[in-house]
Amino acid sequence: MSVVTLKINGVDLAIEEGSTILNAAKEAGIRIPTLCHLDGVSDVGACRLCLVEIKGTNRLLPSCVTQVAEGMEITTHNDQINEYRRMIIEMLFAEGNHVCAVCVANGNCELQDLAIETGMDHSRFPYRFPEREIDVTHERFGIDHNRCILCTRCVRVCDEIEGAHVWDVAYRGAAAKVITGLNQPWGNVDACTSCGKCVEACPTGSIFRKGSTVSEMTRDRAKLQFLVDARENKEWTR
Amino acid sequence: MDLQELHEIGAKEHRSQKPIRVHCCTSTGCQAANSLTLKKNLENSVKQNGLSDQIQVVGVGCMGFCGKGPLVQIEAKNKLYEEVTPDDAASIINAINNGTTATAAEGDLNHPFFAKQMRIVRETSGKIDPEKIEEYIAAGGYESLYKVIHDMTSAEVVEEITKSGLRGRGGGGYPTGLKWATVAKMPPKQKYIICNADEGDPGAFMDRSVLESDPHRVLEGMAIAGYAVGASEGFIYVRAEYPLAIDRLEMAIKQAKKLGILGSQIFDSPFDFKINIRIGAGAFVCGEETALISSIEGGRGNPRPRPPYPAQSGLWGCPTLINNVETFANISAIIREGAEWYANIGTEKSKGTKIFALTGKIRNNGLIEVPMGITLREIVEEMGGGVPDGEVKAIQTGGPSGGCIPASLLDTPVDYDSLIKLGSMMGSGGMVVMDKGTSMVGVAQFYMEFCRGETCGKCVPCRAGTVQMYQALTKIINKQATLKDLEKLEQLCQMVKATSLCGLGQSAPNPVLSTLHYFRDEYLGLIESNQNGKKPPQHQQPATAHN
Amino acid sequence: MQTSSEPPKVAEKPKEPAKKAEKGHPSGDKRFKVLDMTMKRNQYRQDALIEVLHKAQESFGFLEEDVLLYIARGLKLPLSKVYGVATFYHLFSLKPNGAHTCVVCLGTACYVKGSGEVLAELEKHTGIHQGETTEDGQLSIMTARCIGACGIAPAVVFDGTVAGKVSASEAIEKVKPWFNNNTP
Repeated sequence: MSVVTLKINGVDLAIEEGSTILNAAKEAGIRIPTLCHLDGVSDVGACRLCLVEIKGTNRLLPSCVTQVAEGMEITTHNDQINEYRRMIIEMLFAEGNHVCAVCVANGNCELQDLAIETGMDHSRFPYRFPEREIDVTHERFGIDHNRCILCTRCVRVCDEIEGAHVWDVAYRGAAAKVITGLNQPWGNVDACTSCGKCVEACPTGSIFRKGSTVSEMTRDRAKLQFLVDARENKEWTR
Repeated sequence: MDLQELHEIGAKEHRSQKPIRVHCCTSTGCQAANSLTLKKNLENSVKQNGLSDQIQVVGVGCMGFCGKGPLVQIEAKNKLYEEVTPDDAASIINAINNGTTATAAEGDLNHPFFAKQMRIVRETSGKIDPEKIEEYIAAGGYESLYKVIHDMTSAEVVEEITKSGLRGRGGGGYPTGLKWATVAKMPPKQKYIICNADEGDPGAFMDRSVLESDPHRVLEGMAIAGYAVGASEGFIYVRAEYPLAIDRLEMAIKQAKKLGILGSQIFDSPFDFKINIRIGAGAFVCGEETALISSIEGGRGNPRPRPPYPAQSGLWGCPTLINNVETFANISAIIREGAEWYANIGTEKSKGTKIFALTGKIRNNGLIEVPMGITLREIVEEMGGGVPDGEVKAIQTGGPSGGCIPASLLDTPVDYDSLIKLGSMMGSGGMVVMDKGTSMVGVAQFYMEFCRGETCGKCVPCRAGTVQMYQALTKIINKQATLKDLEKLEQLCQMVKATSLCGLGQSAPNPVLSTLHYFRDEYLGLIESNQNGKKPPQHQQPATAHN
Repeated sequence: MQTSSEPPKVAEKPKEPAKKAEKGHPSGDKRFKVLDMTMKRNQYRQDALIEVLHKAQESFGFLEEDVLLYIARGLKLPLSKVYGVATFYHLFSLKPNGAHTCVVCLGTACYVKGSGEVLAELEKHTGIHQGETTEDGQLSIMTARCIGACGIAPAVVFDGTVAGKVSASEAIEKVKPWFNNNTP
């Protein structure tokens, strides 16, 4: 195993070659905001919250998929990046229908947490109020598309860990939507094993356990990484 | 097949050609104006007059002057006829030997539109029958491929392309040689060549024309690339909107295979190269190379973050060389004439020629191939003949990723770096001329509508940002916006540019930013008329979505 | 965490699905045979999905659920993936188009030369919007991003045939027979 040395926010750090900037920052105790990243599944670099500045590169790069390199000088936070992050959160709020006060995930929501973290108290962009549906045909779970931010964590967790590929993204652009099966009611999809991994993966209150009410949805996200470790490294306890 | 056999095919074709060839354009544009019936009438007329041993009617590819199609050219007589109808056929054939005048309007081949062109990629466009490989061979085709396979090492080919200074013609302008060298250096396992023929920029049709007029030139370029980087398989990803180009490509591949120019053991060498066609299904974003790869793999055209670049990990994870149609079409000429010859054309940093699709409010519509460094003024005023009854207001280059250049900057030389300096870009070569009657805010909105509809929706800034930018532009056009809205729009543009995942999002704000830069008054005018008319609301409106 | 990096040179699990799929669709609809042939020619490779969808769109006119299901089975793909791909691309349609189609090009050159007005007039006269089909299924009005016929802008494609320099009145004249038929 070879090691590279780099600087994150001025702090020197040595880390295993091939690791991502996100992991390196975690090791250094620096939190980089993320939304589409989920430990245990592949990264897609879609939410753009984890963008960081690297000296000598004129583009911001997503830390979840960018590998460390010898001598890198990384800045994870500055006024510009903070502002961009805030705008991304504003756009996410404006794009869907997010009403924390009536949401099952209120208090346990990554989007809400990020709004607080980035200091977003209101959206400067007009709300779109899209018409989206709720599917509660599954016997144990439901999905409220109003709260979906298209992070595709459910898609990846179902495909990569459970191996059922119940979920995927359909349509494109603003009309994009996560679907189950042939865009059929979730409850009618044969492939679904009702394992609930998508429920654990969802960062907002979009995918929920039936019967939970406001603020009741808590999740065990570490379980997904545990499952991966169990399968790949035979670590059966955590 | 050896070189002699190749020459023999060419010589045989030459012998079979008649002294006078009547070229009739059969490209998409001219076909839409009934050129196929015209061609039939021309053929009948030749037959009826018993001239079959003298005159030959040839369906050719694009001659470039598409706005005046259908075109008929008689090269031996240096004559060009424009907007020819099927009824004109007899008189054109009569005029060849009898000195009578044809009923069709005669074009001026000495007009700057033709005279200022320099044809490398289009050297045989409009002169040969794109459906006959023999005509391409007779014009020297596939000799460069023969030459590289037998006389050059892979490294020498890469070196030659690098020395030529050729840069990617798809828009980015990345040095082609460097790209080839990167793929060539990857370990010798499975590698792929991809020809990006997903010409999605509205207002651009250079690649369609090259594919329709001279498909073998593209195949030859791809095969040479395959030899240079060590790939034995190539894909052409072509838009489904180009059915004629697809037909001709399929035909060309079949013909080349039959002669042993594509397939296994090309020209009796150990080099194998096969080419497959993949047909797009209508997605602008698939012009982005990682999205294109994902589409060839049978998936949604979602781009993925780079690095890793396709040169390292592309199609099915293998090193992949992606160039666009025009780039590949330059290759055979560079090999034939040498890198130095090519490097002498153009400017210091932009070598060679570029094809532009000159359209919009301009007298002479069509395709032109010009040396890099020519000024916009020469193109628009001299070659294009200026705006019919009016004045140039702006030139849009680079499609939805580019910008609008105002008339005051017409003396700018056309090369990659000058255009970027002006906040636009070369793009694939669309050049849309706008006159005083065109609203620049409207143009910005037009492009934003395009990007909003074409974003794949994967990353947040592009998916939600294009919607918000479109909304803001609509508000301005509807005279409901305030200065604060304009400021917000600018911030949004910067943010989408800086944070989007792929080129589509990163460049989507360009049409807005460039019109804001050069035509800010138009934006302000619309905002002021709001202030003068109705008072803007005192408090920030509860944000609602009108649309 | 890159997954599968090997190019699918040969179909991984060849024979069996081939035999199964060749039995055709239970309905006996011959158009499914066409799909079988296309899938077989592509060795049931999953990356042939778009090609197979093209074929399906061509033979069925649109992609109904049954067809998507059939393709998913044939290529052994998850249903949601097939649906996701089918809805990503403009050229695939999940609803039937009209017997006649009129595609107005809205590329930049056409836009600058007034294709917007052509479209607006067409919409006004037919009473349907772009992307819609008349009630009797006779005529669909659609738009294209750019068909690459910029030299003859504005361009309109009537039933697959490109027409150039089309004025609003010419376009209306052209669709009249398809449209008049369906007015009661």
